[in-house]
Amino acid sequence: MSTPLLLGVYQPGSTVLHRLPVWVKVLSLGALSLTIVLVRDVRAAVGFLALALVLAAIGKVALRTLARSTRGILVIAVIASALQWWAAGPDKAAETLLDLISLALLALTVTATTLVNAILDSLIRGIGPLRRVGVDPERVALTIGLAIQAIPGTVALALETRDAARARGLGSHPRAYLTPFVIRVVARAHETGDALAARGIGDD
Amino acid sequence: MTMAETADSTTPADAPARRRRSTTTDIALIAAFTALIAACALVIGIPVGGGGVDITLQTFGVMLAGAVLGPVRGFLSVALYLLLGAAGLPIFAGHSSGLGSFTSVSAGYLWSFPIAALLAGLLVQYVGRSRRTSALVVFLCAVPGMIVNHLAGVYGMKLFFDTDWRTAFEYDAPFWLGDVVKILVVALVAAEVHKAFPHLLRRG
Amino acid sequence: MSIVFEGAGLTVDTPDGSRVVLAPTTLELAEHRIAVVGANGSGKSTLARMINGLVAPSAGRVLVDGFDPARDGREVRRRVGFCFTDPAAQLVMPTCAEDIELSLRRTVKDAHLRRQRALQVLERHGLVDHADASVHTLSGGQKQLLALAGVLAVEPSVVIADEPTTLLDLANTRRIGDLLLGLEQQLVLVTHDLDLAARCDRGIVVADARVVYDGPAAAAVDHYVASVPA
Repeated sequence: MSTPLLLGVYQPGSTVLHRLPVWVKVLSLGALSLTIVLVRDVRAAVGFLALALVLAAIGKVALRTLARSTRGILVIAVIASALQWWAAGPDKAAETLLDLISLALLALTVTATTLVNAILDSLIRGIGPLRRVGVDPERVALTIGLAIQAIPGTVALALETRDAARARGLGSHPRAYLTPFVIRVVARAHETGDALAARGIGDD
Repeated sequence: MTMAETADSTTPADAPARRRRSTTTDIALIAAFTALIAACALVIGIPVGGGGVDITLQTFGVMLAGAVLGPVRGFLSVALYLLLGAAGLPIFAGHSSGLGSFTSVSAGYLWSFPIAALLAGLLVQYVGRSRRTSALVVFLCAVPGMIVNHLAGVYGMKLFFDTDWRTAFEYDAPFWLGDVVKILVVALVAAEVHKAFPHLLRRG
Repeated sequence: MSIVFEGAGLTVDTPDGSRVVLAPTTLELAEHRIAVVGANGSGKSTLARMINGLVAPSAGRVLVDGFDPARDGREVRRRVGFCFTDPAAQLVMPTCAEDIELSLRRTVKDAHLRRQRALQVLERHGLVDHADASVHTLSGGQKQLLALAGVLAVEPSVVIADEPTTLLDLANTRRIGDLLLGLEQQLVLVTHDLDLAARCDRGIVVADARVVYDGPAAAAVDHYVASVPA
């Protein structure tokens, strides 16, 4: 299950958005999101949505990805704006609906046009200057790699421990499998710590 | 022989060896709990309604990280989990991922996860201390973190829906019972883990 | 390479009083291939771990080429490679090539060169087709092979293997066993596989936290088998 599970929504491509530096995309997303949340105006909301749609089009985000990833948020947005309609009138409802969709679209566009590794690489480069205050970028990179590597194995461990509990007729008690699961995770982490030390990781 | 026992020797000559090993073990534990939170969010998810909000053990994993690893490592493992999700790995509840989760309705919960873990870790390590093998003590230590998590969640919804505190609290209320149950399980499991690995929180 | 135990032992404090994990042990390990056998929890793992400083003795000391692992860990770990039982715990990076590159990080500073070297290492062990595959897509035997490749990549003078074949099937046990026994380097092999142990040059039996037999490997295996009640 490892590979399909960890694919994410990235779409290969060579659009302007694909080529923009990661930090530009992430910072712009932050700034835009904040503006959308803070500006309370239905006309502005229409503008934001239009902007989000244009950006998604520039990044050539596939409609299917768009639909799949925004389904959940659409349900919430519709319910939320229905509540708003009842509480504060149609303008407010429309604004909430449009804002929530714009936010989801913008974030999706960044995620769909940026490789996971590119984001992580950029992060590790970004924290380079923090070396002076004792942050070791190499160690951060190692921890990130280790965590990504551990996800499929940990999922497998969780399922395995659950099956073991079921085989003993303890399946209905989450604690009966969660405790051994967590203990195995901690024990394995100690072994991994030893293996890292044996490979000289803590030496530099 | 367990790892906990081998880590225990404390002759003066032993000091550098211990420091080096604890560094690599810390890295491994942080990464292991990042993977554990992801596994909790992926495996044990129970979708409710349209798929926007799931009852998952994501919160379980987050609070467990704090209660088991203590404040610093707990905070870092949760922060790394959010970072990997933000970078696009589909490890958030309901297999969602990407920056969208940080600007969605439930963003407040997400943003405050590391703080919740930090708070639980602080209390378990410095208030619970040697009583951390008692589930009741761990439970009480985890409550403030959970409250902070919900307050942040409520604030997020207040902001996104542009409503008053009262309404936002009403949106949040249905999740209280589930989360109390989750931190009860966190407490039961963490207490067992501290019994199995008495030296996990020996240092900061 | 000379590995010397000078009365090295480990006693730990437990809530029920102190417990001897390994009684003070004096040994000189100079043979090419040395097998360590004994029951679970007998202390043989501790003995192996003291050689590279993963466990520090509470009494006495260990010297590897004159270096004390508890003080000069860095020097010792350059010379001593360690292979663990569970490959899942020792493979730490997402892809095979990255895991080998992690091992090479100290010796090869240039990233491109490091990648080249990693591919050569994978080639040597028949894993090059998996270079960019997730380590989780490998079989158990391949994982252990990759872990061992990572250890050998930095060309240590001694390889310590702590039950490296315990989790493997017969075919992979033979493959990893043959690889280990065929190494040019000195090998300290902690194992429950008595066939493998008997093929070494020297055998050490550990029971109840002390060395109870030390001699030719085949005789050590016989001694161990005879000590287990039928």
